[in-house]
Amino acid sequence: MIKSASIRNLFLAPFTLWAILFVAIPFVVIVWYGLTNDDGAFSLSSLATITRPGYFKALMFSLLLALVSTAACILLAYPLCLTLVEKAGNTRDLLVTLCVVPLFMQSLLLTMAVQTILEKNGVLNQILRMIGLPDVYILNTPIAIVMGMVINFLPYAILPIFIALSKIDRSIIEAARDLGASPWQTFRHVQLPLSLPGAVSAITLVFIPSLTTFFISALLGGNKILLIGNIIEQAFTSAYDFHIGSALSLVLMIFVVANMFLTMKFDTTEEAG
Amino acid sequence: MSNRLKHIYVAAILTLLYAPIAVMIAQSFNASRYRGHWTGFTLDWYASLLESEEIFEALSNTLSIGLSAATIATVVGLITCLALHGMRRRTRAALMSVANIPMLNADIVTGISLMLLFLAMGLRLGYGSILLAHIVFCLPYVMLCIMPRLMTLNQNLYEAALDLGASPLQALRLVVLPELKPSIAAGFLLAFTMSADDFIITHFTKGAGIDTLPTEIYAELKLGVHPEMYALSTLVFAAVLLLVFLVYVNRRFIANIRKEELI
Repeated sequence: MIKSASIRNLFLAPFTLWAILFVAIPFVVIVWYGLTNDDGAFSLSSLATITRPGYFKALMFSLLLALVSTAACILLAYPLCLTLVEKAGNTRDLLVTLCVVPLFMQSLLLTMAVQTILEKNGVLNQILRMIGLPDVYILNTPIAIVMGMVINFLPYAILPIFIALSKIDRSIIEAARDLGASPWQTFRHVQLPLSLPGAVSAITLVFIPSLTTFFISALLGGNKILLIGNIIEQAFTSAYDFHIGSALSLVLMIFVVANMFLTMKFDTTEEAG
Repeated sequence: MSNRLKHIYVAAILTLLYAPIAVMIAQSFNASRYRGHWTGFTLDWYASLLESEEIFEALSNTLSIGLSAATIATVVGLITCLALHGMRRRTRAALMSVANIPMLNADIVTGISLMLLFLAMGLRLGYGSILLAHIVFCLPYVMLCIMPRLMTLNQNLYEAALDLGASPLQALRLVVLPELKPSIAAGFLLAFTMSADDFIITHFTKGAGIDTLPTEIYAELKLGVHPEMYALSTLVFAAVLLLVFLVYVNRRFIANIRKEELI
């Protein structure tokens, strides 16, 4: 559209500045902190702290909880989105919007509310008592943390999966049905493969925040369960050990980068070009 | 799944998503300061919300940072997309991948690395550092909204405008920008929402003595969140819901008119 290369470069200047100053250099700074000690000399000792039993366990446990919450979000979102795409235009849009509205709420307050629901004399137990069922105690357990993650991040799974499913041509699905495919077969062989890019976006949008959260685990896991996010946050805000904090962030970035490659493999934004 | 089952399923998911919001709303009308103890209905928290200076401070910080960050990110995002549009496919794809990095990165890593950068630059952590950080992480969301629309835009319209004697600037302003308006608006709104709800990046880049709504809530968590905060969130929720409802009604109205026209 812009023919003149010099105007194009002028327009690109703020972005270039942004990319160098706020994407590339911060990365260099975090690598520098992670790989040096207090004297500024090269050192792998901060990076080696990940092998400390407590830290390593926290990382493994964070990975486990993030995998469970991602799986839960995907498994909850697919049937919902499959139902929604069948609905008529207006109802469909309204329902999808309703699924997204919680994103406008402060996630700290939502997480706080989950605590109010799950605590010993919380809303859930009061309801259970009213209908004569025994209490459940899940606050301060991994289950509560996963619930908090699902409630916070489920809309991020619903949106891309819904968009991917709604882009599928209705006639393809009707063709599958006409040729005798059951709803499950239609899903398995038509809708699932065609909506895979949406699912990949959903996985990225849920997995990374789940893996790196610190306030959900702090509010719903009591002080008993430390995730890798909590350890990094404490390194910066209470222990003031920037080296260990940066080194552990570098470890996290391995998973972030792996995720980026997965996303870029399925990237579809360029197809229209 | 039978139809009945599908309805129950949709209702169950919405219940899951809205249960915490319902609790939050109930809390805003609860006479007790303490969570989970219902001691009666009150509107006191809405009255004292108007007098709470801390919340007012945090709210005005959130709004001014959100609006400034979203505005700047939208302008930069728009001109970046216009520049990228004319580039070779591979260069464009590479630059878009760079733009995606902060979005795919973990917030905690973005927050920490920006904090370390600001400290290394000798920048005092405060309002300015929060604003800068918000511009940084908002930009990719704006580009995400504008770029796909720009790529599907009919190039001939722009060329036609030039053939008819428009200057490139006029063609841009009168032909391209109107076409992009919805996606520019979407990008701005998304950026503002991201900024207003961001806790993690603000937490690391804010320094002492300044708070946005999310960090104010975080600071209050230890001693119990002020019920006024629930009142404020209930008002935000009501406003969002009203907006959704208005758009829905408006669209039905337009759809009905179209139908009548067809008949």
